[in-house]
Amino acid sequence: MNLFNIIDEIEEIDPEIHERLSPRRAAIKNITSFGSKVAMAAMPFALGTLFKKAYGQTSSTVLDVLNYALTLEYLEAEFYNQGTAKNVIPAAQRNYIAPITRDENAHVAFLKAVIGQLGGTAVAKPNIDLSGGGNASGNGPYKTALTDFPTFLLLAQVFEDTGVRAYKGQAGNLLGNQVVLTAALDIHAVEARHASAIRQLRYDLGLSTTIRPYIQSTASLGNDTGFAPVNGNYAGEENVTQGGVNLVSALNTSVRIATGSFDEPLEKQAVLDLLVGSFIY
Amino acid sequence: MKTDINPITGSANMARRSFLRYAGASAAAVAVMGAAASCKKERVTVAGATDIGSGDIGILNYAYALEQLEAAFYLQVAATPYSGITAIETAYLTDIRDHEVLHRDFFKAALGSKAIMALTTDFSSINFSSRASVLGAAKLLEDTGVQAYDGAGYLIKDATYLTLAGKIVSVEARHAALISNLISPGSFASDQLDSNGLNKHASIKDILSAANGFLKTKVTANSF
Repeated sequence: MNLFNIIDEIEEIDPEIHERLSPRRAAIKNITSFGSKVAMAAMPFALGTLFKKAYGQTSSTVLDVLNYALTLEYLEAEFYNQGTAKNVIPAAQRNYIAPITRDENAHVAFLKAVIGQLGGTAVAKPNIDLSGGGNASGNGPYKTALTDFPTFLLLAQVFEDTGVRAYKGQAGNLLGNQVVLTAALDIHAVEARHASAIRQLRYDLGLSTTIRPYIQSTASLGNDTGFAPVNGNYAGEENVTQGGVNLVSALNTSVRIATGSFDEPLEKQAVLDLLVGSFIY
Repeated sequence: MKTDINPITGSANMARRSFLRYAGASAAAVAVMGAAASCKKERVTVAGATDIGSGDIGILNYAYALEQLEAAFYLQVAATPYSGITAIETAYLTDIRDHEVLHRDFFKAALGSKAIMALTTDFSSINFSSRASVLGAAKLLEDTGVQAYDGAGYLIKDATYLTLAGKIVSVEARHAALISNLISPGSFASDQLDSNGLNKHASIKDILSAANGFLKTKVTANSF
């Protein structure tokens, strides 16, 4: 089923739908209160077309967010595609890595399509150096990532955890945008599922005895991987104050539980600073 | 109600009039119909019902209701471990219990006097001595939580609240993936994704309809 054809189907039945809905945003909201789960999943993208037709160009802020997300997904997809191509993934672990590979490629295709649907231009795939060296030589600090599975998984975990933070950091820029915010939240949740699975796999394979599917920071260090070079990717995860409430002092919990219960966002510039010049060049 | 229209499979037969009726129906009318169909009896019992209210406070109370449900479930799981539970499963489920209790307590503290009441749960459908029953229910609750936050995010008007919801939903997604993997390794996302690789999301009405199956105190959302 092609979700982007839904609006055409509705138009066949109700040719005046755009006229009817464009002056009434409230009506658009009400549409989602009916229908089956299939309809619920499909409607936001039908509405994306509606918004485009009714209100013209999508704001540059929203398109910027989508292109930023696309850039991150290009990196993730390339990482798993290369890992698969280079045979770094043992047969026994393909039930974990294959679905993630599929999802990241689906995200790339989806974001490109949505950007086009909203009248924008999708950014091109950047130059990617999975060794983290920031050039084409492939001799960066993670040069074994595509030959050594434990290194591959460590990098996978960092990419996924960082991806979760990156999407979260953009939520405010999509405030109230039913179509794009909901899609971004849906991808955000999938990245978190991936992060959890990679972490669990690392524990199950004995690569770390302390790692858990959730990020457990200490009071002074967000990074729970034990691998100092990625401290920046987890900076801020040690926060224990949410909505003005200090969880540790006011709600009598530990830093470990408080940080495990809340994931922290990362701003766009901070994410780019971590990636550009190393994994993206 | 749901069978009247289906834009996917029923589009060829869908009468224009029926589409308009749905597009124009107010959320309140839908909610009243829902209440009349399923909640009328409960609303007059001692256990009663509680409405989440409106605006951002309503959404936060919606989250608070779901976190109350999850916390109560895992408190029971931790208190009466299923037979054959392993050490790492105990560690995971104890951590998740602590996370959900903290989410619950956080919302209660943040909402203050605007918080809905403490809900009474009904887990009579769950066999807490059975691993399959417990993990199946845990998966349902976690997946429901993720779909709920994802589906309600766009209704939030305050960016700080939205980010707060984002901080919690990714932890719920981590839990959901973990529980899924305990049931079947590698199933961390499978049945919760659409063909675009997006997590499913659901409306407040659909979520509450499912959640109320585990609640004696029925939760309504008449303003949404």
